Amino acid sequence: MYTSISDGIVEGQGDDREAAFNERLDRGVKVEPSDWMPEAYRKTLVRQISQHAHSEIVGMLPEGNWITRAPSLLRKLILLAKVQDEAGHGLYLYSAAETLGTSRDLMVDALLTGKAKYSSIFNYPTLTWADVGAIGWLVDGAAIINQIPITRCSYGPYARAMVRICKEESFHQRQGFDVMWKLAHGTPEQKAMAQDALDRWWWPSVMMFGPPDSQSPHNAQSLRWKIKLFTNDELRQKFIDQTVPQAEQLGLKIPDAGLRWNEETGHYEIGPIDWDEFYRVIKGDGPCNRERLQTRIDAWEDGAWVREAADAYARKHAKTESAA
Amino acid sequence: MSKGWPLWEIFVRSENGLAHKHVGSLHAADAEMAVQNARDLYTRRNEGVSIWVVKSSDIVATDPSQSDELFAPSEDKAYRHATFYHVPEGVKNL
Repeated sequence: MYTSISDGIVEGQGDDREAAFNERLDRGVKVEPSDWMPEAYRKTLVRQISQHAHSEIVGMLPEGNWITRAPSLLRKLILLAKVQDEAGHGLYLYSAAETLGTSRDLMVDALLTGKAKYSSIFNYPTLTWADVGAIGWLVDGAAIINQIPITRCSYGPYARAMVRICKEESFHQRQGFDVMWKLAHGTPEQKAMAQDALDRWWWPSVMMFGPPDSQSPHNAQSLRWKIKLFTNDELRQKFIDQTVPQAEQLGLKIPDAGLRWNEETGHYEIGPIDWDEFYRVIKGDGPCNRERLQTRIDAWEDGAWVREAADAYARKHAKTESAA
Repeated sequence: MSKGWPLWEIFVRSENGLAHKHVGSLHAADAEMAVQNARDLYTRRNEGVSIWVVKSSDIVATDPSQSDELFAPSEDKAYRHATFYHVPEGVKNL
C-alpha cells in the first residue's frame, strides 16, 4: 500500500487511536502530517499556525511604512531585508498549516474577511523612525521568547518552520536594538524619540503573550498536546526579566510606575496590565485595524491579474509541452 | 477567489558533498516559478548551492497505517547489526 503526502487525512476511529496518540506524545514522538491525530488537535493547530502566519504577513505593514523614509541607505537595506524575512515567515507557516489539510485560499479568505485573528500588536501605528527600532527590539524580542519553545512542539512541520524563523528573528531583534542604541546615544531630540517609542510599544509588547493564565481558554489543552510548552504568564515574565535591564542599558525608562525588582523571587514585578485595551484591539477597535485589513485586501485584489496571468502562462506551456 | 497555484515540495543541497534535504513547500504556477520562489524563500542566507522542486502531488509515500509491518521487522533482526556480535577479549581491528 502506498499513499500521497497530500492526502494523509485519516478520519478518527475512537478512543484506541486517541490513547495511542497521547502515549506517543508522552514519549516525545513528534506528529507528522499523515499520522492520525484527534480532530481537535488538528483544528487547534490550524487555528494557531494560520493566525501566526497572518501575524507575520500583517506584521510587514507597520515597518513597511518606513522603508522609503529610512534615515540612510544601510538602514533601508536592513529594513527591506527584515520585511522580506517577515513575508518568508508567513509563507513557511502557511505551508506548515497546509500540511494539516487546510488550503492557502481558505486561510487568505479568513484573514481578508476578518474571520481570522492576527497579533494585536500590528494594529498600532509607526509614527517615528524610533518605532522601527522599538518593534525590532521589543516586538521581535517578545516573538523570539514565544517562538523558541515552539521549535520543540509536538507537530513536526510547525516545529521545523519555527527553527528557520527563530534563526532569522535574532537579526531582527539586534537591528532594532541597534536603532534604539544609536538614538539613545544621539541628540536629546533623538533620545526623546526613542523614549517616546518605548512609551508607546512597551505595554502592547507585554500584552503580546496573550491573556493571563487565569483567563486563557486554550492553555491547558495546548500544554497537554505539547503545542505550548510554557504558559502565557511564564513567557511574559521571561520577556520582562530580559528586557528591563536592556532598557536600563539604553538609558531609557520603562513606562510603568509599578515596576520593581523582587529580591526574593529574583524577578521583576510590573503594574497592572490594561486588558480592556487588549480586548478592544483584538475585537477590531485598535488604532489601525481597519487600515491594516484594507491594505491586505487591496494587495490581494490588485495582485489578482498577476496570479491569473501566471496561471494562464503555465497552462499554455503545459499544453505546448504535452503536444511536443 | 482563485483556484490557487499547485503546491511544490522544496529540497536544498546545502553544500556539495551533501544530499538535497527537504526544507518545506510553496505554491507556484509552474516549475520555473517554483525554483525562483524557492530561491527567494529558502536560500536568503547561504543555505544552499542547489534546489530541487517536486510537485507535492507527484510524491508517493508509505502508508502510515502500515508503518508497523513495514518497519518493525528490522528490530527483531538484531543479527543485522554489528553490535549483535561478541568480540572476544584482545581481538583487534574487528
